[in-house]
Amino acid sequence: MLKIKNINAYYGKVHALKNVSLHLKAGEIVTLIGANGAGKTTLLNTLSGIIPTASGEILLEGKDIVGQAADRVVSLGLSQVPEGRQVFNPLMVEENLELGAYLRYRAGGQRNEIAVDLERMYQMFPRLKERRRQAAGTLSGGEQQMLAIGRALMARPKLLLLDEPSMGLAPLVVQDIFKVIERLRREEGTTILLVEQNARAALKVADRGYVLETGKVILEGKASELLENKDVQRAYLGRDKKEIWER
Amino acid sequence: MQIWEPEYECMPREEIEQLQLERLQATLNRVYKNVTCYRTRFKEMGIVPEDVRSLADLAKLPFTTKEDLRLNYPYGMFAVPLREVVRIHSSSGTTGKPTVVGYTKHDLKVWSSLVARFMTAAGVNSDDVVQIAFGYGLFTGAFGLHYGSEMIGASVIPMGAGNTEKQIMIMQDYRTTALVSTPSYAVTIAERMEKMGIDPKGLTLKVGLFGGEPWSEAMRREIEERLGITATDNYGLSEVIGPGVAGECQCKRGMHISEDHFIAEIIDPDTGAVLPPGSVGELVLTSLTKEAFPMVRYRTRDITSLDYEKCDCGRTMVRMKKTMGRSDDMLIIKGVNVYPSQIEDVLFAIEGCQPHYQLVVDRKGALDTLEIRIEVTENIFFDEMKKQKAFLDKVEKKIDSVLGVGAVVKLVEPNSIPRAEGKACRVIDNRKI
Repeated sequence: MLKIKNINAYYGKVHALKNVSLHLKAGEIVTLIGANGAGKTTLLNTLSGIIPTASGEILLEGKDIVGQAADRVVSLGLSQVPEGRQVFNPLMVEENLELGAYLRYRAGGQRNEIAVDLERMYQMFPRLKERRRQAAGTLSGGEQQMLAIGRALMARPKLLLLDEPSMGLAPLVVQDIFKVIERLRREEGTTILLVEQNARAALKVADRGYVLETGKVILEGKASELLENKDVQRAYLGRDKKEIWER
Repeated sequence: MQIWEPEYECMPREEIEQLQLERLQATLNRVYKNVTCYRTRFKEMGIVPEDVRSLADLAKLPFTTKEDLRLNYPYGMFAVPLREVVRIHSSSGTTGKPTVVGYTKHDLKVWSSLVARFMTAAGVNSDDVVQIAFGYGLFTGAFGLHYGSEMIGASVIPMGAGNTEKQIMIMQDYRTTALVSTPSYAVTIAERMEKMGIDPKGLTLKVGLFGGEPWSEAMRREIEERLGITATDNYGLSEVIGPGVAGECQCKRGMHISEDHFIAEIIDPDTGAVLPPGSVGELVLTSLTKEAFPMVRYRTRDITSLDYEKCDCGRTMVRMKKTMGRSDDMLIIKGVNVYPSQIEDVLFAIEGCQPHYQLVVDRKGALDTLEIRIEVTENIFFDEMKKQKAFLDKVEKKIDSVLGVGAVVKLVEPNSIPRAEGKACRVIDNRKI
C-alpha cells in the first residue's frame, strides 16, 4: 500500500525527519509513537503533501507522490484527519461531511455515490445524523473527532492518516474513538496510519508500530512486542520512570 | 511441507528488502546511541547512521570482529542495561577472555521462533519427541533447539552431550523421533548401535537436526543410511544469536537464512570487499531485531556462498551453502574451536622459545584426533628418556587444559617439518568432512 524510503523533511532549519523508512500493507493498522517533537505529525504532513519532502521516496500503491499537491494526494487515495480535529466550526455537520467529498463532487458524475456515502457515515456515526443541521462548532470534542474522521472518509481514501485522535478527550470518549478505528478496518478494510500520544491504546489496536525519536526510527515491530519493549515502556508508557540508565 | 511463519519466510524479495532497510536503519540508530564501541568506530570513519540509505550502503560501515568482542569484555557491546538482560551465554574462551552475549526477553522469543522455523522446515512438528544431545551450559546450541522444540509443541528430552549408551536406551524407550546433535556424534551413535546389535531402522527415529561443526554431503548420506533418517543442517553462532541464523528445508539445497532478522553479505576475506551474489567468500552478518546484543557486520570467518534462486519449498529467504572452511586458521576439533596460536602460546610458556611445530588433525571413526609434532631444538633436547617423557606429559596436560581438547605430542627431528617460504606448514587436516 504505502512504502517510504529515506524521507527527510525540515521545519525551517530544524531537520525534523532523518532518513525515515516505513511501510504499510493493505488493511494494516500501523502506529507511530514517540515523544513530543519526535517528528510524528511532520511525517503525516509530509505524506499528505502539506510539508515539502526534502529528499526520499513515498510510494502510494507504487506511485511516487513526493512533490504532489495536497489535493492531488487526496484524489490518489490518501486522507488525513488532522490533529485537533480542525472541523469548519460555523458550517453545519452535513456541510462538513460534504466538503470531505469536494474533490469527487467537482470531478462530477459521483453525486449519487456521495449521497450514499453520506448515509453510510450517518450509520457509522448516529450522533452526527442527530446533529446534521447543527453548526460543527457546537459539537462536543468527541463528536467533532467523529466528524473529522467522517469528513476524511467521504473522500473514500485507501489510506487514512489519523493524527492524535484521542487528544483532549475524556477517557470514555477515547474508548469510542478507538472502537471506531477498529471498526473502520474491520468493516471498510481501510488501511490506517495512526499517530498517538496515548501509546498504550494505539499499540493495542495496531498490528505494528514504529518508534520515532528525534526524527529517526529506532524500533520497528509487532505492536504486541513493542508493548513489552522496555525502552518503549520507559519512554512512552510511563513505567520505570524513575529508573535510570546504568552501565 | 509446513512453514512456521509463512508471512515472513515466503515474503517477496522486494518486501524483504524494504523490511531489512527499515530494521537496519532502526538498528543503526540504536547502536549509535547505546553502544560506545560502534559510536566511536563510526565517528572515526566520519559516518552517521543517516548515511545508510540503502542496503548497499551497509558496505560503508566497519566490520565487527571477535577481537572487538574481547576488547569490550564482558558487557561493553550490550545495547540495553543489564537489568533488561534475562540470559547470558558465552563462547568457549579458550584464548584469554571468552566472548559474552546477552538476550532480552524479546530476544529469547525471537530466537525460539527462528529455531522453530528451521525445525519445522526439517519436518519436526508437535507430534515429535526431540532428543537434544548437545551440551547444556554456556554454549547456545542446546538451549536454542530446546526452545524451538517447545515453541513448536514437540516433546523435548534435554539429554545433554555424551553417555552414548544411555542416549541409545532413551532413544529406544522414549520413542525419540528427532535427534539433535553434532553430525559426528550421530555417527558415533550409529556405530555404537551396531556394536550393541541394535538395528536403527527398528527405532522410531525419523529426522536428525545436525549443526555445530562443518560436515559433507558424504557424511549426510552416511548418517541417513546408517540411522535410516532424514538429516538436515543448520547454522548459527553465539555472537549472532546461536542456532537459528539459517537452516535447511527438506529440499536440502542450502540453508535458508532468516533475512527478516539478519542481513547476510559475502566478502573477500583479504580485501573486505563485498562480492556479487553467488560468489564464494566469508559470510558477514548484521542483526536486525536483536535488542540486547545487536551485531553490525560481524565477520563469521566461515566461507560459504549465497543462492538467491527461489527454493522449491516456497520459502523466498536466501540459502547459504554448507560452510566450506574458515577464513582464519581456526580448527574445529570435536566441536571445540582451536587456534594454532593457542598452541604456540603454550609452547612458548613452557620453554620460553618458539619451536617449529605442526598440527595433524585426523578423524578415527567419527572422533577427531589431534597430534602435535614439535621439532627438537637445543632447548628441547633430552638425553634421558625420563626427562623427555616428563616434558611431553607437561605439554599434553597444558594443551588439554588450555584447549579443552586432548592431544598427542610427539618430538620430531630438526627440519623434518616442511617449510613454505621459511614458515612451517602449521596444520595438516586429514579429515574427510
